[in-house]
Amino acid sequence: MAEATPPPSAPSATQIGVDSWVTESDERRLHRAGAWGAVLRGWERLPPPGKLALVTPAIAVPFIPIVSSGNLFNYGIFILLYALLGLGLNVVVGFAGLLDLGYVAFFGFGAYTFAFLSGTHHEKGHVFTHHWPAELSIPVAIVLCGVLGLFLGSTSRRLLGDYLAIVTLFFGEAFVVFTNSADPYGVTNGSNGLANIDPLKFYAFGQHLTIASVRGYYWFLLGCVIVVLVVLHFMSESRTGRAWKASREDPLAAELMGIPVNRLKITAFIFGAGIAGLAGTVFAAAQTGAFPQNFSTQVLILIYAVVILGGVGSLTGMLVGAAVIIASNQVLDSTSPPNLQRVLFYAALIIGFALMFRSSWRKLAVVAASTVALGFAAHAIASAAWPRGVHGSVTSGGFLTGAIKHWVLLPTNPGRIADYVYVLVIVLAVSLTQLKGWWRVALAPFVFVFTAFLWENLLIQQPAVTRYVLFGALLIVLMAIRPQGLFGTARVEIA
Amino acid sequence: MSEPSSSGNGAASEPLLQLESVDTFYGPIHILQGVNLQVRSGELVCLLGGNASGKSTTLKTVLGIVRPRNGTVRFEGEDVTSRSTSYRIGKGIAIVPENRRLFGPMTVLENLQMGAYLQGGGTKEAFDRVYSLFPLLHERRSQLAGTLSGGEQQMVAMGRALMGKPKLLLMDEPSMGLAPILVERSFEIIQQVHESGVAMLVVEQNANVSLSIADRGYVLSTGRLVLEGPAAELREHEDLRKAYLGR
Repeated sequence: MAEATPPPSAPSATQIGVDSWVTESDERRLHRAGAWGAVLRGWERLPPPGKLALVTPAIAVPFIPIVSSGNLFNYGIFILLYALLGLGLNVVVGFAGLLDLGYVAFFGFGAYTFAFLSGTHHEKGHVFTHHWPAELSIPVAIVLCGVLGLFLGSTSRRLLGDYLAIVTLFFGEAFVVFTNSADPYGVTNGSNGLANIDPLKFYAFGQHLTIASVRGYYWFLLGCVIVVLVVLHFMSESRTGRAWKASREDPLAAELMGIPVNRLKITAFIFGAGIAGLAGTVFAAAQTGAFPQNFSTQVLILIYAVVILGGVGSLTGMLVGAAVIIASNQVLDSTSPPNLQRVLFYAALIIGFALMFRSSWRKLAVVAASTVALGFAAHAIASAAWPRGVHGSVTSGGFLTGAIKHWVLLPTNPGRIADYVYVLVIVLAVSLTQLKGWWRVALAPFVFVFTAFLWENLLIQQPAVTRYVLFGALLIVLMAIRPQGLFGTARVEIA
Repeated sequence: MSEPSSSGNGAASEPLLQLESVDTFYGPIHILQGVNLQVRSGELVCLLGGNASGKSTTLKTVLGIVRPRNGTVRFEGEDVTSRSTSYRIGKGIAIVPENRRLFGPMTVLENLQMGAYLQGGGTKEAFDRVYSLFPLLHERRSQLAGTLSGGEQQMVAMGRALMGKPKLLLMDEPSMGLAPILVERSFEIIQQVHESGVAMLVVEQNANVSLSIADRGYVLSTGRLVLEGPAAELREHEDLRKAYLGR
């Protein structure tokens, strides 16, 4: 068999020297079929302002139930505040690519500066009374924060990555230590903080305008966020914005193009610090006080969660990130109604499971059906064999009371059992991540039912603990399915 | 060894770039040892040498990323030895770095704009010039640079360097990582750019191709210049042929 047929020459042989991968890249681009594909393509073609216009109502709608109970502005203030902080941090981390862990200090510095310029405090016989109008004290606070940013930026401009992170972390901690211990000079009033800060008082055209209501701060913050968004949008499209991007991607190559990399880093620090300072002033005025614990590392972690979830470098993402993180954070506060917390918890649980089985509708349906069945089955067995297990009451019911009463086991005195189930849920959740295919489908309903049991019998009394568990889980899930964040753009690795 | 000679296009005027007995150290290690090198305006000079011979260090010294311990770097007669990198780039030096180092997640257009950062992002004239040299870049201008093929990335890197209308273009190993056909194409482009009046200093391991288009050449070996002369002479040089040309 010496005669092998020569391979038929390809009908449209690739030209030598022409890279077929690139010339055909449009044909190779993944085209999702159907309605979902059309939606995705439309989204990609949309300019950023259009995306924002679509996203904003999407965030607003879930808050309609909260509006009716009069809490919108309360929640809204924190969402907007963190959106503002996220936007500022995004300049440093997202645009310039600098891991700044001292960011929260600028927030605090803005608040304390505002407190000092527009407030009254008595301390050790001194009386500080500056009642600067807000239109004067806010810009001064922003500029001073910028100067502090210049100071931090220029001392650490040669530091990269982990080194920068450590130095800035020290800076942030130093700020808290300073505010706590600068007491002897009566500047910060130590750990008691500064109270009696003026609300935002503007004096314009011979008129005094004081923002005193929560609603007023909501609208004022909304205005701030919009202004900052617009400025940052044009900034990121400008020559400086592109140069930030370039020096983030490859500092040496940027340097070789003549881009002043170090100066741009400092500029990013100044911008971020200024925006954080603005957020600080509004925060201090809204709460008419500034206390060291307002600017702790926990706050920093929340801001980072906003930025990471929203997608580093994306402006729209900051609003979405702030809405998701801060709304959950506020809902899972001990002061908010438990039934709202319950809705959030089950929604998160269901979304998590739906994402886990998103590749197969069949598996998802099996998991959903067997979860429902398993709950009722367990309830039926328990009511026959272990009556105490179903005689507990639903903690602050609401409209889900009926469903929970017949689906979740509620022992009369769950203390010890709930603790064991806590450990069991952790073990089961870890096993779930290790299993594949139908084994995972088989285990998933048990995880869901036990988690529901845990929530109803233990966690609902300690929502503040739950939220950190929830954030941790949220970021792990995000890492697995969308590492660039909700609105971030995926990195393209250069060959 | 022949004198840096009358060949090439350079007139008797002052050389565009001049390195005078440059000594460069990395910590205690002596890299460049008394390097004297000139590029006249309009000339294409290649700098040959094997691995670790100091080729890239020479370019870094020219750009000011590495400062020489002794010796001076002159550009257009001005002593720029203690000047910053961005000052030198503003004066009219540009580089196509080793491995091209494009900004992958940015579009071709944005990459080109970065090349003219000091000129405010590039004039229309500069864009026209680059696009007429590389029509393909105009076609691909909104594509992310990281998604281009190696040969096209080379074009972007050259276009980016030319955006600032440099008087001297440095090229660090332009043939690296390219298929042989693209190496040839790449050197055609280099020659084309050179013919448009830009002086070039090309650092290469591939002596054969680079000597075929260069006016003059230098050969570096462990930090010393061991040979220099017109490209035609170097091609015939016995030692060089044995060491690099393999014939």
